Amino acid sequence: MYNDKVMDHFFNPRNVGELENPDGVGQVGNPVCGDVMRITLRINDNRIEDIKFRTFGCGAAIATSSMVTEMVKGLTLEEAMQISNKEVAEALGGLPTQKLHCSNLAAEAVHAAIKDYRQKKGLD
Amino acid sequence: MSSQPNAQKLVYLDHSATTPVRPEVLAAMLPYFAGKFGNPSSVHAWGDEARKAIDDGREKVSSLIGASPDEVIFTSGGTEADNLAIRGVAHARKAYGNHLITSQIEHHAVLHTFEALQKEGFRVTFVPCDKHGLIDPDDIRRAITKDTILISIMHGQNEVGTIEPIGEIGEIARSHGVLFHSDAVQSAGKVPISVGDLNVDLLTLSSHKIYGPKGVGGLFVRKGLRLAPQATGGAHENRLRAGTENVPGIVGFGEACRLAKAELPEESKRLIELRDKLIAGFLREIPDVDLNGHPILRLPHNVNISVKYLEGEAMLLNLDRMGVAASSGSACTSGSLEPSHVLLAMGLSHETAHGSLRFSLGSSNTAEDIDYVLEILPPIVKKLRSMSAFGPGSSF
Repeated sequence: MYNDKVMDHFFNPRNVGELENPDGVGQVGNPVCGDVMRITLRINDNRIEDIKFRTFGCGAAIATSSMVTEMVKGLTLEEAMQISNKEVAEALGGLPTQKLHCSNLAAEAVHAAIKDYRQKKGLD
Repeated sequence: MSSQPNAQKLVYLDHSATTPVRPEVLAAMLPYFAGKFGNPSSVHAWGDEARKAIDDGREKVSSLIGASPDEVIFTSGGTEADNLAIRGVAHARKAYGNHLITSQIEHHAVLHTFEALQKEGFRVTFVPCDKHGLIDPDDIRRAITKDTILISIMHGQNEVGTIEPIGEIGEIARSHGVLFHSDAVQSAGKVPISVGDLNVDLLTLSSHKIYGPKGVGGLFVRKGLRLAPQATGGAHENRLRAGTENVPGIVGFGEACRLAKAELPEESKRLIELRDKLIAGFLREIPDVDLNGHPILRLPHNVNISVKYLEGEAMLLNLDRMGVAASSGSACTSGSLEPSHVLLAMGLSHETAHGSLRFSLGSSNTAEDIDYVLEILPPIVKKLRSMSAFGPGSSF
């Protein structure tokens, strides 16, 4: 069902966990649909210095969470805001069609965490 | 297997999805593909040979359920049998009333057929179940009106394994002059079935759940009961199911029923022991696990648990990598956005339903298989919970 890259991110997820005293926290999804992602960010000099995720969800939800942490680490906040859910799926080499809208929320979780950071800093 | 690099052994625990064809069944079928290829309707030796084969199959299938051979109609499987029973009664008896009764926890083959009949103008009552998936016969009694023409309630629930009080519901149906259908796809061959004791007028069977081939099933139709056929064509199967019979399939189905009947008392006892060992092991080894389905009125081969804070597919992928095949009622595995309608009808929250796992046992399973699953699932749960956005401290 999933390609090798998705399976690799699912079985060996990168950046799992939760940062202590994060600069930004983003949680998206809904337990009703079966997918909830929480992203914590450490931000230094307008860049994502560190990022961790925790996800309740299926294989695609966990793989996209892992993938997005690799994609945005080191990016400026503006650059990270440009990454879309679609690009995360593409970076994984594609997802099964039925997973594209329900389990592919990882970029949104990052955006939510950045917005949280900006709000706390009074930048929004 | 390349997709299961870490598997120390292969353990198939998805027998409610399908079973392998038994060697004896395959051997019985093989002559009917090429050598004995005749059409049972033909008036010559080739036809006679095929006719005898399906007569023999009919005898064996009817014997499994205590029916007479002329009360069994062969179909392409359980889904077609459900459709023929439900639409067949609704269409044949609509002059007598337009009300139908079923439950909220039926298989989609039944549920979606009733929904289609609603669009045709029939009124359908979907009775609920309790937290164990058990249907209350009194709910059926209360739902019956003077317009009710059919009740359909499954015998063994396919997801959670609860065995419904079919005999009692059948009595209620009969005393009100309402026809009664039951889908026995998951229970036939697993628990003793007698159409007399169950008070059913129609009963659905499937071959591939009991070590027979796919593509063949059967419908018990009580003698004298008239149904509206759902396909037009020749006079096959007592004019109820047009189309040349699936001779090798019927031969295999018959042999599978014969073997299931002969082995049922011992095999069901053996499966119940394995089932209870697996249930007890899960509840002992994994924190925050619930058993789904009835603790006692339960199919011998069904185990269904909810693992809190986790989603089913993620567990299935990990189990598969370790060589274990199971299934889940999560949305991701049902191909829709909603988790299992059965678990929701039982009152489970969406998130608990997403975390359900079904292990369905069969003839190949041993006590060592159960030990292996009990060894590998707890660390999988631990690993996935360490990644989950939820946990005992953080409520949904």
